[in-house]
Amino acid sequence: MVAVNMTVNGKPASAELDPRTLLVQFLRDHLRLTGTHVGCDTSQCGACVVHMDGHAVKSCTVLAATCSGSQVTTIEGLANAAGLHPMQEAFRENHGLQCGFCTPGMIMTAVDLVHRKGFALDETTIREELEGNLCRCTGYHNIVKAIAAGAQAMAAEGPAQQVAE
Amino acid sequence: MYAFDYHRPTTARQAAGLLGKDEDVRLLAGGQSLLPMMKLRLVQAGDLVDLNAVDELRGIARSPRSLTIGAMTRHAEVADSPDVAEAIPALAAMASTIGDPAVRAMGTLGGSIANNDPAADYPSACLALGATIVTNKRKIEADDFFKGLFETALEPGELVVKVSFPVPAKAGYAKFRHPASRFALVGVFVAKRSADIRVAVTGAGANGVFRWLEAEEALKARFIVKSLDGLVASTDGLNSDIHADAEYRAHLIAVMAKRAVQQATA
Repeated sequence: MVAVNMTVNGKPASAELDPRTLLVQFLRDHLRLTGTHVGCDTSQCGACVVHMDGHAVKSCTVLAATCSGSQVTTIEGLANAAGLHPMQEAFRENHGLQCGFCTPGMIMTAVDLVHRKGFALDETTIREELEGNLCRCTGYHNIVKAIAAGAQAMAAEGPAQQVAE
Repeated sequence: MYAFDYHRPTTARQAAGLLGKDEDVRLLAGGQSLLPMMKLRLVQAGDLVDLNAVDELRGIARSPRSLTIGAMTRHAEVADSPDVAEAIPALAAMASTIGDPAVRAMGTLGGSIANNDPAADYPSACLALGATIVTNKRKIEADDFFKGLFETALEPGELVVKVSFPVPAKAGYAKFRHPASRFALVGVFVAKRSADIRVAVTGAGANGVFRWLEAEEALKARFIVKSLDGLVASTDGLNSDIHADAEYRAHLIAVMAKRAVQQATA
């Protein structure tokens, strides 16, 4: 067993874990944060994307123990008391999901993309950056629209939205 | 995954100590290849030494003639580094095409070359640029480092500390991706450093990365795309599988080599 201490969505999270425990297993099975999904479990589909120290990572391909001392943000950590995160709202407004399975990973990837490349995102950039996130329903068009709109909305909200990171 | 004992050193010295000489001990870098292989039980480690808390293995340093990158430096850091973009823009561009954004946030230079996947990008960059791999014990020239499929010159107890890339006059990288896996079916890195011209091919060789010597000779006359006209890579030693047969890969080598030279001379 290995002692693991990290901060998840702003709260301390500690456990004695089997070293094999993946970050996604820790989040889902130990913390019951089931918004992060396991799709392929082979780091291809992106349903498990969370932020680790401000970077989007695939939580099925990171050991929980590696995250000791890290700040982790999951989809549950994006919304606040005032309501949905602008990127979540944009997915709703633009019908950026159908079954919704890929959506948590899409949104975490999209927020990371805005942090890295800014608020004005063209379609080509968004499509390239979605390389590691698969959606089997939508054909991506509305996801791309949602991300462009969500990025604009994040610009309007200003830096307050990035406090969670 | 099979069970393992987990270790989290904070210095390279501690990591080397934990590594010892036991072949049952594995190093965990970014984990983007090793963890999937462990999940499939293709790899078993009695002890796993996690390098993610070893800060001294990270970082990019630039001198007039070389660029030195720590083994635990992430692909995204190399892709976004102004120093890399200025000294060896082809290397930054190459790093920006590895995997996807989330993979690049974790994957590392040291992990990539120590794993030596036959379709990985970094081995071709190291070989073409004439890099020197610095371990905790010695310096190894890239020509002597890559030994075959998933095989390197690293000995038990040896870990990659950093890689030093001489700054080339010109360099370029072009790859043809497998449409599903996005790995390189064929990737070609070319570099020109005064009279030394190197063409390194990844993805194609049954024995991993290799230099295409005929193309190097042809480019020595003039380092332009036209010098490669009519040159065909041999199918000897190339992979043939359901994704591409050896003839197709040989064809792609010539096409990617031209594109890489075009980028280098643009």
